[in-house]
Amino acid sequence: MTNKTLISATINGEPVEFLCEPHQSLLECLRDILGLTGTKEGCNDGNCGACSVLLDGQLVNSCLVLGVEIQGRAVTTVEGLADWRGLHPIQQAFLEADGFQCGFCTPGILIATKALLDREPDPTEADIRAWLSGNLCRCTGYDKIVRAVQAAACRLYAECEVNV
Amino acid sequence: MNAQANKPFTVVGERLPRYDGADKVTGKAIFGPDVALPGMLHGFILRSPHAHARILSIDTSRAEALPGVYAVVTAADLPPAESTDHRYAHDNTFAGDKVLYVGHAVAAVAARTPPIAEQAARLIEVEYEVLPAVTDVLEAMRDDAPILHDDMRTHSLAGRGDKPSNVASHFQQLKGDPARGFAEADVIIEREFHTATVHQGYIESHAALATWSDDGVLTVNTTTQGSFAFRDHLVWLLDLPMSKVRVIPTEVGGAFGGKNTSYLEVPAALLARKARRPVKITMPRPDVFLATGPSSGAFFRVKMGATRDGHITAAQAELCYAAGAYPGSPVGSGANVMFGPYVIPHGQVDGYDVVTNGPRVSSYRAPGGTPANFAAETVIDELAEKLGLDPIEFRLRNHAKEGDERIDGGTHGSIGGIEVLEAAQACDHYNAPLSGPNRGRGVAHAAWGNWGGRSSCTLSVNGDGTVSLVTSSVDLSGTRTTIAMQAAEALELPPERIRPSVGDTDNTGYADVSAGSRTTYATGIAAIQAAEDIIVQMEARAAALWDVPAERVTYARGVFASGTDQRFTFAELAEQVTGSGGSVSSIANVDVAEWGAGFSTHIADVEVDPETGKVTLLRYTVVQDVGQAVHPTMVEGQMQGGATQGIGWALYEGYAYNEQGQMLNANFLDYKIPTALDVPMIETVIVEVPYPKHPFGVRGVGEPPIVPPPAAIANAIYRAIDVRPTHLPMTPAHLLEKLGLIES
Repeated sequence: MTNKTLISATINGEPVEFLCEPHQSLLECLRDILGLTGTKEGCNDGNCGACSVLLDGQLVNSCLVLGVEIQGRAVTTVEGLADWRGLHPIQQAFLEADGFQCGFCTPGILIATKALLDREPDPTEADIRAWLSGNLCRCTGYDKIVRAVQAAACRLYAECEVNV
Repeated sequence: MNAQANKPFTVVGERLPRYDGADKVTGKAIFGPDVALPGMLHGFILRSPHAHARILSIDTSRAEALPGVYAVVTAADLPPAESTDHRYAHDNTFAGDKVLYVGHAVAAVAARTPPIAEQAARLIEVEYEVLPAVTDVLEAMRDDAPILHDDMRTHSLAGRGDKPSNVASHFQQLKGDPARGFAEADVIIEREFHTATVHQGYIESHAALATWSDDGVLTVNTTTQGSFAFRDHLVWLLDLPMSKVRVIPTEVGGAFGGKNTSYLEVPAALLARKARRPVKITMPRPDVFLATGPSSGAFFRVKMGATRDGHITAAQAELCYAAGAYPGSPVGSGANVMFGPYVIPHGQVDGYDVVTNGPRVSSYRAPGGTPANFAAETVIDELAEKLGLDPIEFRLRNHAKEGDERIDGGTHGSIGGIEVLEAAQACDHYNAPLSGPNRGRGVAHAAWGNWGGRSSCTLSVNGDGTVSLVTSSVDLSGTRTTIAMQAAEALELPPERIRPSVGDTDNTGYADVSAGSRTTYATGIAAIQAAEDIIVQMEARAAALWDVPAERVTYARGVFASGTDQRFTFAELAEQVTGSGGSVSSIANVDVAEWGAGFSTHIADVEVDPETGKVTLLRYTVVQDVGQAVHPTMVEGQMQGGATQGIGWALYEGYAYNEQGQMLNANFLDYKIPTALDVPMIETVIVEVPYPKHPFGVRGVGEPPIVPPPAAIANAIYRAIDVRPTHLPMTPAHLLEKLGLIES
């Protein structure tokens, strides 16, 4: 057995401890050790964004972060969006706007959307497209994703009717 | 089947939330790579580093000796091949005496962890004799080309060729007398086009988990477009009884034709049998590019003639498609797309299926159609320009109608191509001004055939009046919902009373792959038939309870009635019948032999930077006949997503090979697919010309929108900078070359 490190971190608001090999990425730790398979692997080289998570609130590709790097830090994955009240407004917006087809890139896009809306409550179409350019979607052509992000912004920050 | 195309719908046509939506936005949906079993081992496939080489020896002993390794398999573990096609499938699973492309599987290892499996695979010693490779289709057709298969002879109308060739087959479609047709033309255009190999680019990689019971039943969980197709593939290659192979499909993270073909399931099954443990293999992204089934690179020569008054007199085309290592390119469907929408009095199409040192191609959304349409619609655009006609007007003058004969010998059925062109002509985009330097607007139009095929649907009435719906059609992007909506419509029940799910090969009837734009169409027909049978059975149950003849019972809007005093809601009757006389269920199996073609017109506005050659899409509109939109939001999504894949094909995507046949861009950085920044909002115009042989008028939707984008964009580029692209992808380098600013 190789040298494993005991990692203590906060994942989706809960304290978590696990043993991690030095070569394992955060993505592997989430999926293979912690069973959080909502975070997806599309390329494992930082080009598709399917593995997007928040690390201390920053959007990262979890395939490019080592598991040992999250010692003492906070990670949010797609599993951390919904709570006891139900779906997060971003999830609700994507559901209502059909902002997904196969659903595989969706967890990463939801997390990237959260990172965007956490800092920019009223993004333009150009802002959304630029921010999401690191998240590949092969199904939708992005149109309904952009609309879903706009609808999510309205749900989170404004009393408004959204037509999507 | 009763044609209800004019009936007002209550469920069909609504924008309902998807049944699988909550699981998809919460990360709970289980995709191929998410499946795991206790005690599971991890597989890794050793692949060829050479594009063409003879395998002299394979020594697996060092891999087998590595601690943590449980099994190593090679081609020697497969039962012998019994026919040529069988041998191709066999050799594409594990190379036989030769490797034919970089990434060709040679051996596989199962080990306790993925790193051990990979390390062990690197310990396998393979001795190769490297041979010259050929990746370009025209070079592969030359007499002096390296030969991939020594026993391959060209199949053609003239019979079997007499010497080894990479041309697996040559076919010809001929209508009338092309020479006469060209003699009647006032304008003739003849051009050549080259298009690169492209990949479906689904974001979910392939993954398969195989496990054997101790009485010899193989179960495979996998991401697939067709659980039965994969079962049949396992049966074929492993020589097993069909009843002893169970394929359970997972959610599928994008497929577009690329998951019609099995790659990992046989290696995983062989490893699991040898290791006596479950084995899971997940394919790394580079291997997805190198070793799955992209779509053909191709060469086209197109010649068309027309009279001064704008009527096409003759058309001729040669299509050469690179099949990759084994025959089977989509050149046939490419040929059908070529001049598909138009009346061609005299035509000839020659198609060549050519093997090359690349991965064996598979289907990709409207297989073969997109590059053929690029070639033909560029020439059509040039003809319209030479004749001084509006490009849509020229297409309308020559458009086929129901009953017109096609070059391929068939006749057009119910088609909505003219309605689509007229809608394009009338839409806001086509009539909006476009000004500014280096900007242009292009259009392209396409016919795509679609498919019907075999489907199965089971409906079961529950005691609370809900209905469970199970199909064997894998749901790639929302068909659970569109099938359930058709069942709800036929049952005259609210859609929330139906709960759809996807079954596996043990618990559903046979279905073909979810492909060919057939699932909402054909499996929808099965759902409607099962629903109609449920109503008949329920009427009979009501009749028995009321002690009246069954024909006296009527059903409408969720209520069974007899006379004026006897009445059951669907739920009331469901509660009664499931408690007495056994439950009510129905399975409908269909083999749908006819289907409606899908026509689409795309309009693109571009701006080209004349210094860098970069193309910016300013505006894009998709106009398409969908028969009847079952779920308009999802129909728009198909139109937008298909168009965006076509935009990628047009501008960015293509396998780059070096002279040794090494792919240079097997990753999502260098093989660029469109990002959110590369496309504008995609406008959609849904045209509904009901297809009369579907009860609700549905046509296939998924494939048609990928066909016209390259031609629409090429024609827009021509209007912008006055040069006509002839290569896909239309990279900045290609445009600068056309502008004479750089050398090729």
